[in-house]
Amino acid sequence: MTVYSAEERLRTLFVAGLAGNASEYRAFLSELTRHLRGFLRKRIPHLQDDVEDLVQEILLAVHNARHTYRPDEPLTAWVHAIARYKLMDFFRTRARRESLHTPLDEHDDIFAEVDDEPADARRDIGKLLDHLPDKQRLSIVHVKLQGLSVAEASRLTGLSESAVKVSIHRGLKALATYVRRIA
Amino acid sequence: MRTDDLVGLLSTGITPVKGGTAARRFGIALPLAVIGATILMAAVFGIRPDLGAVVKTAIFWEKLAFPLCVVVGALVATLRLARPGARVGAGWPVMATPVVIVWIAATVVVVSAAPQYRLPAILGQSWRTCPFNILLLSVPGFIAIFWAVKGLAPTRLRLAATISGLLASSTATVAYCFHCPEMSPAFWSIWYVAGMLLPAVLGAVLGPKLLRW
Repeated sequence: MTVYSAEERLRTLFVAGLAGNASEYRAFLSELTRHLRGFLRKRIPHLQDDVEDLVQEILLAVHNARHTYRPDEPLTAWVHAIARYKLMDFFRTRARRESLHTPLDEHDDIFAEVDDEPADARRDIGKLLDHLPDKQRLSIVHVKLQGLSVAEASRLTGLSESAVKVSIHRGLKALATYVRRIA
Repeated sequence: MRTDDLVGLLSTGITPVKGGTAARRFGIALPLAVIGATILMAAVFGIRPDLGAVVKTAIFWEKLAFPLCVVVGALVATLRLARPGARVGAGWPVMATPVVIVWIAATVVVVSAAPQYRLPAILGQSWRTCPFNILLLSVPGFIAIFWAVKGLAPTRLRLAATISGLLASSTATVAYCFHCPEMSPAFWSIWYVAGMLLPAVLGAVLGPKLLRW
């Protein structure tokens, strides 16, 4: 499997996801997970225990930033920039003495490795959900975890449909902030 | 939560993403920057009383064109730097050209002036306050533009923040031109540039904190 074909396939899935196709988007995120894991395991071999947490943090970041992708640019460059940013942020906040062994400038590398073996994440994003305000937490639980429609979640919570959507959006952003703070 | 469950969570119940987020956010931030700077200029410093006369002179429009060109370059660069992985590209020459032109004009003015008029041409009457006045007028734009940029997931924070600061300050300088009585390129070449650089430096210092996401 070449990097080029990974770019093409992932981009097709991602663009379909942007249009609202959940199963294509799920396929995109699953495949992205494998690539990120492979990329990180190779890049930070001395910090294996942090890989799964970083994979999750980058997935959340990619999801929250998905409105900034423009279909006329390579997905590789866009994903690489986010992954690189989150990795640098990780090194900065944790004040790690260890530096990166290899430069991160070649963005073609991001889809070069595949790793299918998840490790355990150290922080539990599921538990972090409990810290969200009720509006956001319930909207996410109903729509994103129980798979209810926005209309059903709207009935259950008493919020308007657009309020449910906004709450999900804000909740996932808040979740990314918690993730950032908890090393 | 396992990574696979997170993937499930993120992909379940998604709705189509609306395009044009950058246009929407900057469509709010830029007018705020312009209106904020203009109101502050009129309220704190006052519009220059001879504006009706100077708008008929070419030098007034040349002066206005200087920060306006910087605005265009900084806007192009900010729009790119605000999103993940984009490079500044065409923004650099557009930002640098007006500054270089003004420096050339300033050199001509200073060299061709009689020695005793050189320093007055550079210092004008308001060199002490000018950069800080521009800094003050930049405040609304600084806040609005940083808000717009933060929502677009910038990944090179210091650079994005520096250019965002420059966008705020060049916009403020356009507004300041309607107050400022200084009409020599020798003055603009130093004090307008200093005024535009202050918020840019402030952005460079604060950016990594303000824009972090």
